[in-house]
Amino acid sequence: MSRRVTVNLGIPEAPREVTVVIPDDEPTPWQLGDHFTIVGVETPRVDGPAKATGTAHYTYDIALPGMLYGAILRSPWPHAHVKNVDLSAAKRMPGVRAALKITDGEIRFAGQEVAAVAATTSDIAADALALIKVDYEPLPFVVDMEAASADGAPSVFSGSNVGKPQTSSSGDVEHALAQAANRIEATYTTPVQTHVSLETHGAVAHFEGGALTVWCSTQGVFTVRDDLAVLFNLPPDKVRVISEYLGGGFGSKFGASPEIVIAARLAKECGVPVKVMLPRGDEHLATGNRPSSEQKVRFGADATGKLVAIDLVQRGSGGIGGGAGSSGPFKLVYPCANVRTDERNVFTNTGPSSPMRAPGWPQGAFALEMAMDEMARKLNLDRLEFRRRNNNNPIRAIELELGARAFGWTEKCAAKKSAGPVRRGIGVACAAWHAVGASGPEALAIAHRDGRVEIRCGTQDIGTGTRTALAIVAAEELGLPIAQIATEIGDTRYPFSLPSGGSMSSPSNTPAVRQAAAHLKDKLFKIAAPALGAEPTDLEARDGVVRVRFDPSRKISFKDLCRRIAGDSISAGGDRIPNYAAYRTDQAGCQFAEVEVDTETGVVRVLRVVAVHDAGTMIDPLTSRSQINGGVLMGIGYALFEARRMDPQIGLMMNPTMDDYKMVGPLDVPQIDVMFLDVLNGGTNTGVLGIGEVAHVASAAAVACAVSDAVGAPIRELPLTPDRILAALEHA
Amino acid sequence: MKSGKDKGSRKRPLSRRSFLKGAALTSAGAVAAVATLGHLERAEASTPALPEGVAEQLGPGPVAMELKINGKIMPLTIEPRVTLVRALREHLGMTGTKLVCDRGSCGACTVHLDGQPVTACMVLAVDARGHEITTIEGLGNPDRMHPVQDAFVHADAMQCGFCTPGMVMSIAAALERNPAADLDAIRHSVAGNICRCGTYPHVFAAALKVARESGGAKGSA
Repeated sequence: MSRRVTVNLGIPEAPREVTVVIPDDEPTPWQLGDHFTIVGVETPRVDGPAKATGTAHYTYDIALPGMLYGAILRSPWPHAHVKNVDLSAAKRMPGVRAALKITDGEIRFAGQEVAAVAATTSDIAADALALIKVDYEPLPFVVDMEAASADGAPSVFSGSNVGKPQTSSSGDVEHALAQAANRIEATYTTPVQTHVSLETHGAVAHFEGGALTVWCSTQGVFTVRDDLAVLFNLPPDKVRVISEYLGGGFGSKFGASPEIVIAARLAKECGVPVKVMLPRGDEHLATGNRPSSEQKVRFGADATGKLVAIDLVQRGSGGIGGGAGSSGPFKLVYPCANVRTDERNVFTNTGPSSPMRAPGWPQGAFALEMAMDEMARKLNLDRLEFRRRNNNNPIRAIELELGARAFGWTEKCAAKKSAGPVRRGIGVACAAWHAVGASGPEALAIAHRDGRVEIRCGTQDIGTGTRTALAIVAAEELGLPIAQIATEIGDTRYPFSLPSGGSMSSPSNTPAVRQAAAHLKDKLFKIAAPALGAEPTDLEARDGVVRVRFDPSRKISFKDLCRRIAGDSISAGGDRIPNYAAYRTDQAGCQFAEVEVDTETGVVRVLRVVAVHDAGTMIDPLTSRSQINGGVLMGIGYALFEARRMDPQIGLMMNPTMDDYKMVGPLDVPQIDVMFLDVLNGGTNTGVLGIGEVAHVASAAAVACAVSDAVGAPIRELPLTPDRILAALEHA
Repeated sequence: MKSGKDKGSRKRPLSRRSFLKGAALTSAGAVAAVATLGHLERAEASTPALPEGVAEQLGPGPVAMELKINGKIMPLTIEPRVTLVRALREHLGMTGTKLVCDRGSCGACTVHLDGQPVTACMVLAVDARGHEITTIEGLGNPDRMHPVQDAFVHADAMQCGFCTPGMVMSIAAALERNPAADLDAIRHSVAGNICRCGTYPHVFAAALKVARESGGAKGSA
């Protein structure tokens, strides 16, 4: 059975009334004007004490009785046939319990898995790798995208390294460009970025009684379970995957990646648990990366400053992987009647790409926003005003105004440029994403006789605060303090959930948890009603008390109510139904940046960032702000420092460490002001949107725009290392 | 430095670990390794007194030793090449200290040696003998948190949490030295701690809160 409910959606200043049809057992969606007790309140994360005291157990911390340590031998060659793998000496080494050949004979990047061992200590395992004799037949290779695209380049797989173009087209770009009053054309390039999750990839695997249990650092316990079930020919219920805490992922930890499979193979071979955690260098080489890009952009604009044509011809390399496209922002940020995109993957003999925080978008946003700046200068228009004229998203319109005011855009534009060697510059860039979540997740809410409530959901917390968000939603629905809620996640024994990626976790899981909590509340109200001489529908739960709505003196505390539970506990399930018809997908954000450029040394310092974002219903501003800070800072690293450096002569990564691969550190942190716009999404009973990706989309672009402003020249290549700044200044 | 035995027969290329393994075999090597820590002259005094020119011989096999960790004497038998972070994590089951870069460049394994913050991946366990070692477990627990840990929770100075123990140890040592540290001093005290989630602004806020409550600190995060 279903029912119709009318809800107020959108921006508080201009609410929109929408009628949606929802199932009878779906709680009435939260809407504008609802009074919340804990939703929207700054709430420290529930697992904060565990993390701050080192008692949170990550995969890396798992130690089981009799556990062995595994290590993986990787190819030093970027392209080779493996003719023979001799494990005999390694197997004879004291302390070594197993040695396996991993490769199928074909090596396509330096760092690919060749063999693996398990030994009694991590040091012995590492030593044993040196005893494995591998006979390689080196083959011609190519690690540079330009070289890989050339005729006659060594084939990474077979034939051309340049993939089939993926194209999209609306209108007539060539005609519009020919007619446009103003045109710009430029080529932008971005480097390969690596994820550098602090907890490396890895797993502890244990076969026992025909079942496989795997603790692993993963963003998707269920995807790993399904992969392992297929690989080891086990029914899914004989595979249990656990990821209680996870030291970062950023998109690189989906599925049963090689080290997880290797841990399981070694565990099967040895009959005892085996732990494989990758050393730092391997993490840079083999566990994923954000592909490079080269983006040829042509814009046409009319005399009023409206974009009339956008053309993108792009190629990018994700090594032996794909997914290098970057057209998202070109198609979705600024509306334009004539848009054409043409994207091609180029294979190189480097490690495979994997999704990384807003896959394709930071590289696309960099090119798009730099081109916007170049066109604004051509039009002699203020860069913010040019963006306003080309925006049709009412949420972004408000964000641009709020951000500009907080940032002081107008005042900074009017300020006189310094004549000294240190110059300041400002920039603005726009973000979009579509973090509306999806159906699929389920949740279980359990009330115990002692008054504790447990929420179980097989999602995982990659550091965003998923556990906390779920606890807040349950606490709000049940009218309980958050301390009374325990959230159990990261285990395939809990109700199904999706992988944590694409900013999907909060919008996908919170509605399931809210429904489960509402169903649990219904059951508890049925127990309370006779005691209070009322109907269950007359009751409400607030501040740890269940009371009659029209007679608050008739009440029972939640704890006393739980004592009336017949057994030890009662439980109720909830599921995530598909997004309501009214849901919106126009999640918008914008970021402003101010930088300082030393024109003598070429060193850039980011001084301030203002980030304005739409997060749907704001569940927890505290942990949400952490996520925005993180998106901004990762973007500053992408703009200024980060690049995987390959030596084209030997085909090796030259900087697979955390000192040579430079990321943002504490001394690089600017003042960051985060502003959230409360905009209900209208797609679910919580109206929540995810923010992990949208926080990061525009960050590098905004910084690059500001640097370009400071140096007075276009910026077309990331990262903005001092040599490039000095070169740009020469052309200014 | 004076080298111990000739390690020239080792066929593997020289890695940092094999360098440490070789260096650790003599007290001369031990002193050289510890010298990188600064302020830790006690290391020499802690090793048994030997006639001048005679080096302490250890290993390469497992060696019985005692470490004083969080006020408790902990016996263990490990190869001299084992770093302090691996001794803690893999041999003593104390996994609060995280191992991330294994070359002293990220600060995740920060512990205190006689009150000084050091990266435990750059200290051999044998060289920590005779020192007061404090780990994250010694600072507080979820029921009785150290003020810095408490401030980290309330300022949300963490996301995935993997850098958090190291950050806490660096900040705690800095505030121990200078309870009224200002923002600039706080930033510099964690300059060697890398957080990929980018949670630094809240780390600064947490540290400033503790500094302010102790009566000092200027500037805001």
